[in-house]
Amino acid sequence: MPTASAANSESLPAESPVTRPSQKGVATQRQTIDASCRQPVLAFFASSIIWLLAGSLFGLLASLKMHYPGLLADYHWLTFGRVRPVHLNLVAYGWGAMAAVGTMMWLMCRLSRTRLRYPALPVISCLVWNVGVLVGTVELLIGHSNGIEWLEFPTYAALIIFLAFGLVVVWTAITFGERKEPHVYVSQWYIMGAIFWFPWLYATTNILLMAIPINGMSEAPITGVTQASVNWWYGHNALGVWFTPIGLATIYYLLPKVLGRPIHSYYLSILGFWTFALFYNWAGAHHLISGPIPAWLVTVSAVASMMMIIPVSTVAINHHMTMRGFFDVLRFSPTLRFVTAGAMCYTLVSIQGSLMSLRSINEPTHFTHYTIAHAHLGLYAFFTMVMFGAVYYIVPRLTGREWGSSNLIRVHFWGTFLGVMMMFVVLTIGGLIQGFELNQATESWHELVDDQGLWEGTRRFCFGYEDSQTGEIVGGFQQQSGAVPFMTVMKGTIMWLKLRSVSGVLMLAGHVAFGILFFLNLTGLGLSRRRRGPALFKEDQQRYAELISGTQPETQDLP
Amino acid sequence: MNHGTLIFVGVFLTFSSAWLGLVFFPYQQLGSITPQVDEVTGAVNPAPYSGVELVGRKVYIDEGCHYCHSQQVRGGYWNADLKRGWGPRRTVPLDYVNDNPALLGTMRTGPDLINIGARQPSDEWHYLHLYNPQITSEASIMPPYSFLFERRPIQGDPSPDALPLKGKWAPEPGFEIVPNDRGRALVAYLKSLDRTFDVQK
Repeated sequence: MPTASAANSESLPAESPVTRPSQKGVATQRQTIDASCRQPVLAFFASSIIWLLAGSLFGLLASLKMHYPGLLADYHWLTFGRVRPVHLNLVAYGWGAMAAVGTMMWLMCRLSRTRLRYPALPVISCLVWNVGVLVGTVELLIGHSNGIEWLEFPTYAALIIFLAFGLVVVWTAITFGERKEPHVYVSQWYIMGAIFWFPWLYATTNILLMAIPINGMSEAPITGVTQASVNWWYGHNALGVWFTPIGLATIYYLLPKVLGRPIHSYYLSILGFWTFALFYNWAGAHHLISGPIPAWLVTVSAVASMMMIIPVSTVAINHHMTMRGFFDVLRFSPTLRFVTAGAMCYTLVSIQGSLMSLRSINEPTHFTHYTIAHAHLGLYAFFTMVMFGAVYYIVPRLTGREWGSSNLIRVHFWGTFLGVMMMFVVLTIGGLIQGFELNQATESWHELVDDQGLWEGTRRFCFGYEDSQTGEIVGGFQQQSGAVPFMTVMKGTIMWLKLRSVSGVLMLAGHVAFGILFFLNLTGLGLSRRRRGPALFKEDQQRYAELISGTQPETQDLP
Repeated sequence: MNHGTLIFVGVFLTFSSAWLGLVFFPYQQLGSITPQVDEVTGAVNPAPYSGVELVGRKVYIDEGCHYCHSQQVRGGYWNADLKRGWGPRRTVPLDYVNDNPALLGTMRTGPDLINIGARQPSDEWHYLHLYNPQITSEASIMPPYSFLFERRPIQGDPSPDALPLKGKWAPEPGFEIVPNDRGRALVAYLKSLDRTFDVQK
């Protein structure tokens, strides 16, 4: 079995040794396909990385403003309430969605074994998309917001993005329709689901919630709490039917591709896909537990959220069994390391999400920073890490150049991974304390810990303590408590918010390294020496080839 | 699974079911609620917003107040919102019939505001608090909204609505701080937030 460098000595460096001599034509075919995708995919990636840098700057600013409220406060366009939605919309519609589109188009062409038709049109779509994100951001900064979380962009900016997205959807569907490969791979199911679901979701919610602005106020067909139900149907499904399926499609492709072995079980992936399609859509209303909406709505969503454990377990088992015996490769391949980190966080965030739909857990954690931790574990530690992995895999195949510096990739990986893990941990702990104090706690955790030390203070915080005179248990969690003053609760969060800002700096540093790597690769600056193989964390191509060449010849190679 | 049609029909059906459940049925159930009219006093609850209150509501949205302040009194097992004095009862769909969009909120960096008009009826408190929250709550992490105010030289007598700022907050002599139109509208909206009426069965 030839190694990566042998199979591709004339062509692009490949991380996977799946190309066998009997498939020499395949390498040529791949080059034709990659060449057809080159411009649109690189355009989407380049745009997404610029929005990522801008979005994370705004995120860091919003984070700093939470503990330095006076920071830049006199500039109305930089007030917290504008910077925060700019952060969310930039990373969701600028970074996340555009990186997903680039990855999705390339995956669809490769898996369908067909080139992209008229690649100039998706490039135009990318330009239009950028205009939409830019005007939406400017509108938010000058103070024109819809006030609906995840959909703050004014309706016309949303329409611009929708048109650009629609074109990409049609192009992806056409590519699928012209497929030369008879087998439809699991990644393609997820992509087909996503490109059908998301436009429907985005269009209906925008029409139902915003419709046409009249006299500066939006006149929506539905008002009141029904809007909240639709809002969270959208907010949850933007992750559920767009980011998550694209992320999973990418993992399902890249894991077997880098390792050079097939996915563990085809039947598990079918089960996973259909249970995913059935249950995820229903989960949104658990964002309104105990709120002013009918209880049945919350209950069906909680049931659907718990049922999500089925698709999540199948995906987790499938990915783990594919990786089994190959964890050593993580020391070499940047793509695999990012994708595996993302895949593990998918399992983690999904199980956490299912549990958060339980009333007993949701009540204290809702309205706290715990939810923010969960959101970043999903959209960042899972989805964004997988997209990073995809960019590391796809771009060298489009530009014909390998990544310039393993050290910068290292900075990128550890900055973002440690950053997001730190953010998750500090906001989860801080959020739990905040939620308990807002709801059931009878005393302040920080004050108890100052008095009694960490262990005894926490024990008293949760379970109370025995009164030395009466012998009764006092303190601890109680129903209808609300005993800790609000300002005390708020002061308790500040330490955790400061730590969150530190984690934001780590992530931003990773993004800057990533941006430099991408810019160097795109322009070819400083990359005169052509590498013999892919950029690896450990410069030991031989050992890397040995690690992944022990695999059995596949029954079915991924295109 | 090699049939594009099968995938298409499947994803269509699964998504339609959720659309029916989470969009259509709630709309059927809640879309027809109208404000309740008190049979004795003839008062309409919740009262429709006045023009200036609606402008203030837009300021509330544009400045993103709802990212830190919820507008709902929750019930539920732990049920602490009532004990915090955020309202006499949990909020119900009726409370939001005039709201577009409903600003239920997802975060409580600051306290709930659905009854702030009843809890804090003082204009002066609201203006001082918006000008710099640390004037009224020393440790507050709410940002100051000085851009909702105007600093201008005093001509003749001081304006009646000039903020009574003292000490380090006071402007230099000869100047006064008065709310601008957006600031006034926002305070009018905040004072209109009052859902303390009794819900009739």
